[in-house]
Amino acid sequence: MEEVELKRILWRSRRGLLELDLQLERFVAEVLPTLSEAELALYGDVLLLPDQDFLAYVNGAVACPNARLVPMIERIRAAQR
Amino acid sequence: MSVPVRKFDAVIVGAGGAGLRAALQLSEAGLKTAVLSKVFPTRSHTVAAQGGVSASLGNSEPDHWHWHMYDTVKGSDWLGDQDAIEFMCREAPNVVVELEHFGMPFDRNADGSIYQRPFGGHMSNFGEKPVRRACAAADRTGHAMLHALYQRNVRANTQFFVEWMALDLVRDEQGNVQGVVAMEMETSEVYVFQAKATLFATGGAGRIFASSTNAFINTGDGLGMAARAGIPLEDMEFWQFHPTGVAGAGVLITEGVRGEGGILRNSAGERFMERYAPNAKDLASRDVVSRAMVTEINEGRGCGPNKDHVLLDITHLDPEVIKSKLPGIREISIKFANVDPIKAPIPVVPTCHYQMGGIPTNYKGEVIVDEKPVTGFYAAGEVACASVHGANRLGTNSLLDLLVFGKSSGNSMIDFIKTAPKDLPPLAIGDVERSLARVERLNQQSNGTQVNDARAAMQATMQKHCGVFRFKDMLAEGVAKILEVEKMVKTIEIADKSRTFNTARLEALELENLIEVAKATMISADARTESRGAHVRDDAEDTPERPNGRDDQNWLKHTLWHRDGNQLKYKPVTMKPLSVDTIALKTRSY
Ligand SMILES: Cc1cc2nc3c(=O)[nH]c(=O)nc-3n(C[C@H](O)[C@H](O)[C@H](O)COP(=O)(O)OP(=O)(O)OC[C@H]3O[C@@H](n4cnc5c(N)ncnc54)[C@H](O)[C@@H]3O)c2cc1C
Repeated sequence: MEEVELKRILWRSRRGLLELDLQLERFVAEVLPTLSEAELALYGDVLLLPDQDFLAYVNGAVACPNARLVPMIERIRAAQR
Repeated sequence: MSVPVRKFDAVIVGAGGAGLRAALQLSEAGLKTAVLSKVFPTRSHTVAAQGGVSASLGNSEPDHWHWHMYDTVKGSDWLGDQDAIEFMCREAPNVVVELEHFGMPFDRNADGSIYQRPFGGHMSNFGEKPVRRACAAADRTGHAMLHALYQRNVRANTQFFVEWMALDLVRDEQGNVQGVVAMEMETSEVYVFQAKATLFATGGAGRIFASSTNAFINTGDGLGMAARAGIPLEDMEFWQFHPTGVAGAGVLITEGVRGEGGILRNSAGERFMERYAPNAKDLASRDVVSRAMVTEINEGRGCGPNKDHVLLDITHLDPEVIKSKLPGIREISIKFANVDPIKAPIPVVPTCHYQMGGIPTNYKGEVIVDEKPVTGFYAAGEVACASVHGANRLGTNSLLDLLVFGKSSGNSMIDFIKTAPKDLPPLAIGDVERSLARVERLNQQSNGTQVNDARAAMQATMQKHCGVFRFKDMLAEGVAKILEVEKMVKTIEIADKSRTFNTARLEALELENLIEVAKATMISADARTESRGAHVRDDAEDTPERPNGRDDQNWLKHTLWHRDGNQLKYKPVTMKPLSVDTIALKTRSY
């Protein structure tokens, strides 16, 4: 992945909700460096979710209806344990 | 110097509720309007608001804007300007119904009207009994508001510049505002956005404190830019806090946890609330609890290696009760404090939530300095101080503020733009050069301070010396300390000097804004020797002449902090409403 794309993803990990900021901060520090190109692209797509939905999925309060995004949501959840 | 210039009728910095509402007014009037935002508009911090927006629609029971006005003046502890408060409360039903027409999916009654629920501080008949005044869209009011306003702006051809960061205000020799200097994040290219009228709607600066409910983006950029451009900041000593946020993270633990039997303990394991509130104990009011927590920490009975928090203990509750009644809290505690509250107590600390002060404006959104509007400059939303929240904000009045003053500033800008000369005047270059020099210093700095170190020092200083409950000596020390931190910030350096989406550079630029807010807050708080609303000092005693420590004789006035020399000036509170009688001073008790 080009550097500009990677860095765009880092900036977009800043959200409108503190609880997402904190969880993504952890994910970005610990997991992002290990992701493949394809996984990074998928994470980029996850970042397009509206904040309130995103948080509900990451908290496990609601199941993400988009099956394609689920594995990445699960990795974000796993990073919080 | 060759900085590219883009020209508009109006430029708006900020795409939260306030910026979007103003932009809509301008674009629908056919004006060429640019909106800059650090993040995609619908990810602005307004998205976090859940509780609702207030308006005396009277859909469920009788209500009146005058009662709403009374509650707001009282909530403000009489520091709010009564002309602006009347304006806001009268406009509230209009702007809420308008938002409904823009497609906002409000909760509804069976008859189709907007459903309204009760909320703390909302009363009927001048404080008599609770009234249902809050309008909400499930628990996503802010989110729904942003979506409705954004869609409408797209239709009206507002031009969005997303992932752009405004760096500085541009003023000419007479002080007239000409626009902003801004950086495109993707390339780090710097442009001037020149316009006839400029609005700041950049939101709050809660990140000056170590513990804050605000997302990372709330760095007070508008306040920093205004201060550097010689605009004073008003009433910055007033910040609303919640008693229990997770220490180190800021995520809120609802008061319901104490309702279920949660107990606050200090480092000795003592249930200290018994000493402060023998009857109510852990269920005492918010300010009593916050004050007790801070006193414990200050007197050395805090917990953890830095003795900087207390513990909220629910280990004595039946695990099944915790799992069934407090599942969200358990999850928050495990995630953000690394503690399962079934087994160990949760570290908590009073946490900053909302900024009452800001850029001084009138109810038309015009920025006012020395009693006169600054030509071409407007502000609305949490960055502005109209002042409707005074010394403390009433819940749900903030979303209302965005709608009312977003709209009124948009209208003021339209009027101004219509009378302005067709061609933009030549651009004053001084401020542009100063802004470029600021970016250049960051690129050149070596052997300086790390951004994270300087930010942590600022946040710890603010939290310890200027938190929810304030002490005379601590404030005086805090002033000296924050001026030391300012010196650190002057030498911050970044290792990554690359140009594409350089997060390190953006965070450094944000810190240069935060420090201005921190100084304004500490210095204004140190000077105000009374207690009023959210500003509470231990040396302002509760006497018959000064109930709750409020000193109307000397302090019924707005603070104005000037960056130049850290000077403080004051201006009177507007006690005269637009059409009704003054709501006379009274002791504020609930
Ligand atoms: C958890 C939480 C819950 C809340 N709940 C409620 C509630 O129920 N009811 C209520 O009335 N209030 C509530 N509030 C308060 C309310 O949400 C905020 O005061 C309000 O949303 C602020 O809106 P705004 O438009 O002023 O700014 P924001 O929504 O914060 O938007 C600021 C905008 O400015 C942009 N920006 C900032 N700096 C720059 C820059 N340098 N360059 C370019 N763009 C920039 C950002 O990208 C963003 O678009 C709550 C607050 C919090 C923290």
